[in-house]
Amino acid sequence: MNLGIVRALTFARSIGYWRDKGSLMWSFVVPPVLIVCMALAFSGEDPAVFRIGVLTPTAITVPVSEAALAAESRALPEVLQQPFIERIGYPDLETALTRVRHHQLDLMVASNSALAGAGLAENRNGDAGITYWINPGARRGEALEALLAASSDPALTKVAVSGQRVRYVDWVVPGILGMNLMFSGLFGVGYIIVRYRKNGVLKRLSATPVRPVEFLTAQLVSRFMIMLIVAVSVYTAANLTLDLLMLGSYWTLALIAVCGNLALISLALVITARIRSDELAGGLLNLVSLPMLLLSEVWFSLDAVPRWMQQLSQMLPLTHLVQAARKVMVEGASLADVSHHLVILLGIALVCTLTAARIFRWE
Amino acid sequence: MSRPIDKTEPPKATASALEPGPEAGGEPVPADKDTPGRSAVAESAATPSSASLSRGERRGAAPPLLEVRHLHQRFGDVVAVEDVSFAIEKGVCFGLLGPNGAGKSTTIEIIEGIRKPTRGEVLYRGAPRDAGFKRRIGIQFQATALMDFLTVHDTLRTFAAMYPSPRPLKELIAICELEAFLDRDVAKLSGGQRQRCLLALALVNDPEILFLDEPTTGLDPQSRRNLWRLIDEIRAEGRTIVLTTHYMEEAELLCDMLAIIDGGRIIEQGAPAALLEKHYGHTLVTLDRTAWPAGMPFSEPHHFEDDTVVIETRNVPATLSALAASPAALDSLRVKRPTLEDLFIKLTGHRLRE
Repeated sequence: MNLGIVRALTFARSIGYWRDKGSLMWSFVVPPVLIVCMALAFSGEDPAVFRIGVLTPTAITVPVSEAALAAESRALPEVLQQPFIERIGYPDLETALTRVRHHQLDLMVASNSALAGAGLAENRNGDAGITYWINPGARRGEALEALLAASSDPALTKVAVSGQRVRYVDWVVPGILGMNLMFSGLFGVGYIIVRYRKNGVLKRLSATPVRPVEFLTAQLVSRFMIMLIVAVSVYTAANLTLDLLMLGSYWTLALIAVCGNLALISLALVITARIRSDELAGGLLNLVSLPMLLLSEVWFSLDAVPRWMQQLSQMLPLTHLVQAARKVMVEGASLADVSHHLVILLGIALVCTLTAARIFRWE
Repeated sequence: MSRPIDKTEPPKATASALEPGPEAGGEPVPADKDTPGRSAVAESAATPSSASLSRGERRGAAPPLLEVRHLHQRFGDVVAVEDVSFAIEKGVCFGLLGPNGAGKSTTIEIIEGIRKPTRGEVLYRGAPRDAGFKRRIGIQFQATALMDFLTVHDTLRTFAAMYPSPRPLKELIAICELEAFLDRDVAKLSGGQRQRCLLALALVNDPEILFLDEPTTGLDPQSRRNLWRLIDEIRAEGRTIVLTTHYMEEAELLCDMLAIIDGGRIIEQGAPAALLEKHYGHTLVTLDRTAWPAGMPFSEPHHFEDDTVVIETRNVPATLSALAASPAALDSLRVKRPTLEDLFIKLTGHRLRE
């Protein structure tokens, strides 16, 4: 690879991005607008449905099957089996307690037999007993606690779990930033390449000593730099106005943004390696981006969706980007905790870029 | 534009004069070429020696700079180029002349190495082109957009960085006269400015061979003349130029050698003057038909074309004297030399620009 050529093409494309005020504006304006909308829309109380977690130690798959959840639910006091309470099964207590700490679950409950099944017997207070975990100060948790106390069938054990409330906006910001990286990576790079192929820019380049890998690297690097600037600016602005929750390291978060950005841009390179029709490019890019928008936990958690959907979600680069960023921001995860996400993202970036360079056509 | 163009030695054509086709006489373009009228045996050229190599002149010498042998190109069922062969000597301006869709662009792109032919080969200095060929050539495509949001200067710099030893940009800017719009967005250039910018890009690597695919199509007359002058200056630097065009004027003015191409086949090739000499030994004298008394006897060969009387003559003074002595009115009299357009019509039966 001739680095001089890559540098010249990268510079040329970067100037292009910078001077294209129209599309640059979208990158800077859309995410803050969405974040502000989310902050305003969900600043009040959550919808009037209680969400509780139920310990289901026998279930080995996530999400927990209906049958396993129903079996465990029967051991619960009747009041917790009401239809206005959404029950979500968790085989692992720690995962559930994180949700309680972040106010994503109003209450976590476990029958003593379930606790025994999970090898957590120290909370026992009789076979028919129930243990519940509550975040002090979470009002809906307190409401549920009052209901439980009033029903007073079995023996109850209360455990307090405290933690900083995770507002929806804290939870959704990594998703929106990831979504912005995805759209501008896929469409920003994809459409340019298809347009250049259609209007003859690529043909002109093919008459020079430039090789596909040099051209593609330049596209990737120029878009990458612009998007990193956008992501950092938007995050900083959101943080200044909304005081976002950030429990982990900013460096880890930046590294996640780098890897996710590379993976998404390289995906655009491989999708548009050969096609020359805008319509086809638009269709294919939407085909890839819309599932990611829905299945990569941008807007909502996939804790309660069917297993195949979760598996599909794990195949999407945006999922790894968003999950890793969210773990760092709202759970304080370390670099080691999210390293598998980074490996997957870098793997996607490498495979897609090399494939794109291999199958690339100038015309 | 009067400017001497040094034509290379035309191949010794076997001069064969023929009757012009019935519709001979396109636009009256005053020809300034020296084509001595010469009588010769008439030999039908309606089916000229298509695609055969007429390179008898060159024997035993060094291989030509570029040689194209039996190129074929099909796109599905469509044959775009069929058995095209020719050679281009160093320092020559070689023109591929033909109507739209004749296969000119396809042929030139095969030579450039942009397109792989279905069959046939292209030799550079007698050998297949290697990877370094791309660095020795400069290309101006017929329709090329440039990278978004870059100025002329940005674009030149970007292209210059692609080559190991580019020509100094200052020189390019001066040669192609880009100073006035150097900092303008390439998307906002006028047609002529754009072509000059593209020409500068084609010259950025100081190429040995310059390929120009319809360099002046769509330009206004001033811009076209301006570009012709630039191309001629570039040629004077000793570069070999291969260009396609559907303007005979351009071909006559710029090209030392021509291959006339139609329907994917070469129908004739040679130096422009030699081609005209080969196919036309005579001059045309025309009059409006209304000036010609009905049934007027006239000894020289003549025929009627629409509203015109066309006299073919090898002795213009004698014809003019005969006309002066006749009852015909001479106000509409015209003397014209056959042009490449006339030749093209004669060879193909249709006009170049159709």
